[in-house]
Amino acid sequence: MPPADHLVIAPILLPLLAAASMLVLSERRRWLKRLISLATLTTLVGVAILLLTRVDGPDSAPLAYRLGDWPAPFAIVLVVDRLSALMLLLAASIGLCTHFYALARWDRAGPRFHPLFLLLMMGVNGAFLTGDLFNLFVFFEVMLAASYGLALHGSGVERTKASLHYVAINIATSLLFLIGIALIYAVTGTLNMADLAVRVPMLAGQELVLLESGAAILSIAFFVKAGMWPLGFWLTPTYAAAAAPVAATFAIMSKVGIYAIIRLSALAFGPASGLAAGFANEWLMAGGLATMAFGAIGMLAASRLSGIAGSYVLISSGTLLVATGTGSAPVLGGALLYLVSSTLGVCAMYLLIEPVERAADIDREAAQPQTEPVFEDDEPGLLMEDFEAEEEEDEIGIVIPATIALLGSAFIFCALLMAGLPPLSGFIAKFAIIDGMLSGLPTMGTEGWTAIAAILLSGLATLIAMTRAGIGLLWVPVERPQAHLRVVEAVPIGVLLALCLALVVGAGPVTRYMKDTAGALHDPARYAGAVLDPTRQPPERKR
Amino acid sequence: MEIILSLAIGVITASGAWLLFRPRTFQLAIGLSLLSYAINLFILAMGRLKMDAPPVVDKAVEADPAALADPVPQALVLTAIVISFATTALLLVLLLAARGLTGTDHVDGTEKTP
Repeated sequence: MPPADHLVIAPILLPLLAAASMLVLSERRRWLKRLISLATLTTLVGVAILLLTRVDGPDSAPLAYRLGDWPAPFAIVLVVDRLSALMLLLAASIGLCTHFYALARWDRAGPRFHPLFLLLMMGVNGAFLTGDLFNLFVFFEVMLAASYGLALHGSGVERTKASLHYVAINIATSLLFLIGIALIYAVTGTLNMADLAVRVPMLAGQELVLLESGAAILSIAFFVKAGMWPLGFWLTPTYAAAAAPVAATFAIMSKVGIYAIIRLSALAFGPASGLAAGFANEWLMAGGLATMAFGAIGMLAASRLSGIAGSYVLISSGTLLVATGTGSAPVLGGALLYLVSSTLGVCAMYLLIEPVERAADIDREAAQPQTEPVFEDDEPGLLMEDFEAEEEEDEIGIVIPATIALLGSAFIFCALLMAGLPPLSGFIAKFAIIDGMLSGLPTMGTEGWTAIAAILLSGLATLIAMTRAGIGLLWVPVERPQAHLRVVEAVPIGVLLALCLALVVGAGPVTRYMKDTAGALHDPARYAGAVLDPTRQPPERKR
Repeated sequence: MEIILSLAIGVITASGAWLLFRPRTFQLAIGLSLLSYAINLFILAMGRLKMDAPPVVDKAVEADPAALADPVPQALVLTAIVISFATTALLLVLLLAARGLTGTDHVDGTEKTP
């Protein structure tokens, strides 16, 4: 194995090691911790770009990394293909931006922010990389455990209440996840996703029923994560109660659920999988449509920006579920672009909420961190003193003049992006989805038309809600001479929006990449071939 | 044995699910723990039930798959136990925090007066 191949495991190992090393450092050594986590996240972006260029050759196969060099179906295997690499890059970019934003003040609102943040990144990356279902569960749990800590970051009554629901729901769904895995294992005798792609087409009769029920129970876990109606009621309150950078990072977590659904439906239930082919497509379609409707209604009813952003996460999940449910490669290509653009957009939106509401002089209870100590060793007194002192003296960066103009333009940018209006990437993505649906319309009939209508109408709802919120928040008479916006807060928002702009400028290569990704997803034999590699002999036993 | 095991899983799951829908946080914690026990038994059962069969191959003897228990579900159960133990511990801390902050042990943080 060439040394460069070991890069595959770096997105898991790096954050783990960095988080572990930070645990032994005292909370007082803030700058060292900040430096370590920023360096780790930057490296993650670099690694993701390297992996992406490696798997994106004209005929490059997915890259399989066998831990301990055991032959594939019997041991743990990590796989990078175009989809994984894309998701890794997305997660790393979002992680870097939100973490940078957190440096403004949120990382001081409670202890151990940095290790938790990096462990969340580790879980997310692991879920994108893993090649078998059980490790998917393990990495889901790593991600969730870190997210419980992050959801509680800053403490306070509001957060504790929302987190209690969040934790209980997620523990319960993890159990469903396990039932699904156990059923699938009982029928197929494997948990390796590539092996699954090979064995599912051979099933029939009773076994097929068991497999489908296993997959359905498993999918419930993913649907809860993605926030599908009626399983997504926890999402908006939890995200709204979480600290701003944490909520923005959670945007990628709901996409982990979508990723798992795309991966599983392509590998085990694609057109090539015999009797099991496309068994859940109508459910995905119906669930996605209901989620979009619920999200659109929630968005129109939302009185807070956090409610709008939460509803947008739901709409985005709904759109992606519908697109996956069509089971067609061109639609999926557009959906992947939509996934990237909507995640970046909603992430920027969550980061924008705080400065915009501050500018409009809205006191948000949840925005204020709790001062009571939770654990003995928190040294919250120390942290809080710093917190308040720096509130006054504005240690990081200068206050930007013409704040309202900047905030306003960022807000409009976000609104266009989320509503899917030209000229931004949201428009291109929706256009690609609808174009794919129109070309496949003869086979889809009314379902296709309903989906197209739902996508357009949810965009309209987004636009209405954002316009109303914008008028209420930005066109208010300013009483203070100048609202505060720090450079360290403005930069990540700017970077996220610039990434969306880059998606438009580079629309040609980006769409080509998404098309290739969708094409590769609909060719599970290629994925299975790369992972299982029949030419490869089991390693020689050393006696 | 199949009947006993399936009855056990069914009863534990039912009790766990019932407790899950109760309004007190302590009932919630116990319900989730019961459910996780039931799931662990379920995973074990999915590897097919076998009495007195070792999961590890003895090198000295010719390996006969029929005489061995499937080791994979056992490994899965071990992992699942560790994970559910950790998340339950975290849930308990959260329950205490919620009790302290809201002054009630209702899962919604407020008592509803009928």
